[in-house]
Amino acid sequence: MRRLYASDSELKAEKDGVSDSESKVDSGIPEVPAPADDTPEVLNKALSGLSSRWKNWWVRGILTLAMIAFFFFIIYLGPMVLMMIVLCVQIKCFHEIIMIGYSVYHSYDLPWFRTLSWYFLLCVNYFFYGETVTDYFFTLVQREEPLRILSKYHRFISFALYLTGFCMFVLSLVKKHYRLQFYMFGWTHVTLLIVVTQSHLIIHNLFEGMIWFIVPISCVICNDIMAYMFGFFFGRTPLIKLSPKKTWEGFIGGFFSTIVFGIVLSYFMSGYRYFVCPVEFNNDSNSFQVDCEPPELFQLQEYTMPSILESVTGWTTVRLYPFQIHSVALSSFASIMGPFGGFFASGFKRAFKIKDFANTIPGHGGIMDRFDCQYLMATFVNVYIASFIRGPNPSKVIQQLLALRPDQQLHIFNSLKAHLLEKGLLPAVEEAAA
Amino acid sequence: MKKERYEQCSACSVLHKGAGHYRKCQDEVFGGGRGREQTAGINKHAQRSCRCPAELRTDSIAPERALDRPPPAEEARRRRPDSTDNISDKEAGGDDRPNLPGDAEGEGDVDSKADTPDVPLSTADTDNTPECLNKALEGLPPRWKNYWIRGVLSIAMISGFFLIIYMGPITLIFVVMCVQIKCFQEIITIGYRVYHSYELPWFRTLSWYFLVCVNYFFYGETVADYFGALVQREEPLQFLARYHRFISFTLYLAGFCMFVLSLVKKHYRLQFYMFAWTHVTLLIVVTQSHLVIQNLFEGMIWFIVPISIVICNDIMAYLFGFFFGRTPLIKLSPKKTWEGFIGGFFGTVVFGFILAFLLSQFQYFVCPVEFNSETNSFAVECEPSDIFVVQEYTLPAVVQNTLRWKTVNLYPFQIHSVFLSSFASLIGPFGGFFASGFKRAFKIKDFANTIPGHGGIMDRFDCQYLMATFVHVYITSFIRGPNPSKVLQQLLKLQPEQQLSIFHSLHAHLRDRGMLPEA
Repeated sequence: MRRLYASDSELKAEKDGVSDSESKVDSGIPEVPAPADDTPEVLNKALSGLSSRWKNWWVRGILTLAMIAFFFFIIYLGPMVLMMIVLCVQIKCFHEIIMIGYSVYHSYDLPWFRTLSWYFLLCVNYFFYGETVTDYFFTLVQREEPLRILSKYHRFISFALYLTGFCMFVLSLVKKHYRLQFYMFGWTHVTLLIVVTQSHLIIHNLFEGMIWFIVPISCVICNDIMAYMFGFFFGRTPLIKLSPKKTWEGFIGGFFSTIVFGIVLSYFMSGYRYFVCPVEFNNDSNSFQVDCEPPELFQLQEYTMPSILESVTGWTTVRLYPFQIHSVALSSFASIMGPFGGFFASGFKRAFKIKDFANTIPGHGGIMDRFDCQYLMATFVNVYIASFIRGPNPSKVIQQLLALRPDQQLHIFNSLKAHLLEKGLLPAVEEAAA
Repeated sequence: MKKERYEQCSACSVLHKGAGHYRKCQDEVFGGGRGREQTAGINKHAQRSCRCPAELRTDSIAPERALDRPPPAEEARRRRPDSTDNISDKEAGGDDRPNLPGDAEGEGDVDSKADTPDVPLSTADTDNTPECLNKALEGLPPRWKNYWIRGVLSIAMISGFFLIIYMGPITLIFVVMCVQIKCFQEIITIGYRVYHSYELPWFRTLSWYFLVCVNYFFYGETVADYFGALVQREEPLQFLARYHRFISFTLYLAGFCMFVLSLVKKHYRLQFYMFAWTHVTLLIVVTQSHLVIQNLFEGMIWFIVPISIVICNDIMAYLFGFFFGRTPLIKLSPKKTWEGFIGGFFGTVVFGFILAFLLSQFQYFVCPVEFNSETNSFAVECEPSDIFVVQEYTLPAVVQNTLRWKTVNLYPFQIHSVFLSSFASLIGPFGGFFASGFKRAFKIKDFANTIPGHGGIMDRFDCQYLMATFVHVYITSFIRGPNPSKVLQQLLKLQPEQQLSIFHSLHAHLRDRGMLPEA
């Protein structure tokens, strides 16, 4: 729970904490922005009658509903829009963290540094999105000549761009500000590591099928809300010193309800092709399509219940989508590990004496505040998919195959043939013909 | 915290307690004299001979630079653990006072600076030369002694390099891993010193744990790629290889959770700094070493030539700078000169060209390192690829007229070596400037004191930072495509219907190319 209107004395105390010795040097430099009243006018008018505590509740509630509605809306709009949104969120998160760095180190006026931070963001994004584009838009890329060259030498071009930034950094080192500049360099790189890789993995998950994007994010949001509710009604034992408002009751209640929510949500979503099929780029129509034969994972199957449950519910078998079982794993991760991302962000805010990352969303703080529990979720889902669900991307494998030398291709062809024959996938007739 | 006023005797630089006391010390030296008398007095009045009573002196020596003015009490207190006393005036970045926010932030949360233990002085100054060398060189004046030590150690390192090349790929991998661990340790130790965080709970354990995790991830991927056949044979290895990413991620997560649980109220900021420091160090050190190993597996020549080129560029730039150096290159490293830079560039290109010629003839250097499943050892034997086969090139007309040769027999690899040398000479130094800036920023003279006369391992490897990445990117972009065994592995992991469809596409492709007999 964040208080929107900190009292003046608290704000002052915070300011003192921040400037404990950013030095007695000069006080003219802007300090960390204190949370200001940012609610839109319309909301303020509508709620002017209520006392300030209830007003705060209402503002948070309305904004929560608005964000969830927005989430549904962009899902409806399709994969392209989702990618754009992820990109925008990533840029905003990066901007928020970098602004905190500037405030902490009073380095807003460092020569070149703002330019260099954005330049590095651009480089790393170019590298990651280039790889994604090459993988998924393979045929489109092969068709267009300039795209083909860009994709063939992609790593080299990205590396050259990064090097340019590196050299600019070295040349921009100014005598009195070495340490500061190194700090900002390190700060930028760690931020890139966290923010950009996560967003890239989200896009990968998205291409597997929109359900792999929606269910994890929904599980984390649900865990947040459920843990808060359980904590509000039943909360008694504090969980961790870092976040004094979290309780064990909230944690455990959130765990169980998130699992139930995950099972129910995956049941609903597995029925629709729109969510379940991998996103593919159709060369002929030059657009994204989500149409396919649903893989096994999303087909109803019968499972025999263990005897304990049989006696309780009186059912011998139950029909489930296999994906629902996977969703239990995802929900467990979201409930158990997700909060650690939240604690990490709390510790970070505590360390740098800021109340919120920024003030973008009234009542909630910045974008990073909303996404702090999602940090690890995207990586986990990606690793989970790569390890347990499906193997490597076939188009990528074809790409690599075609890049090999002919004798290597022949060698692989023969090995593959032997393998398929062993598995009985190739009829013997085929062998004779080949 | 006691607020003591310390005044610095401008003669012996010792900090004296008590307001007027240092003046008494100074009066002993200067006795009212000026000019040459003053200088002589200062020379005589070395730190040890300061006759002020012990209880009025501190133990530490303030930096030489502060001779100009007595530092304020706080700064003296802050500087004390900071071991800044061995930066020569020429190289120091002038007025880079530790009064920066970053410094204070590190201590802002800590209760009292009296609790943090005094960090040992920078080790760069202690004389670490082995006894035998010291004895052999005791007759010479200190300047020549320094040169001799550096020279002897350089030759020792180069011989060591040859020896490990001779011993083969496994030893090389092992040595790379050891160097990586030492570099990581050096940088982390600097972080501890800068932030006085040596006593932070858990932190040393966590740093090493993260190093182990990331190494497990990278080496696991390498092993799975190159030792494919071996991995398929052993059951436990197969399991580890199949779920490798998941296992690595779990290990990393465990470390992350330990970090979050170890956050202690007064040390939040410090702990976050050390966390970030560890991660940036891992990013730099471990990825580079991993790429070095990947280059090694392409063929030992891709390991030897880049490293030799960087070393040669170092030495050549130094020699050219020594003999012809006049115009300074960059404010960051005042000892580098344009003459050294350009001379080093041409010298390195020539050296690379010749070295490539010499090494391309041997299969031992040129062949990709492969693991032979039957003999369970590494084999370096193959049909040399195209770039290591001598080819005839027609010289451009300009050169033809001067040399009167029409064609020249070259290994194509020699042309690639020109690009590698250019990178090493032009961009490599930026890695060195980065390291100089880093040392300047954190006020250390050397990363550590491992190699007498040269500093730490990182000091020797600072120009190699970018070279390994460049060589790897160069190889993947221009030399060869993906690794065939890796592609086969991925093929076998696909779903059967995907495998079938790929099989048919490949079949059609090969038939088009005429590699397969028509049905």
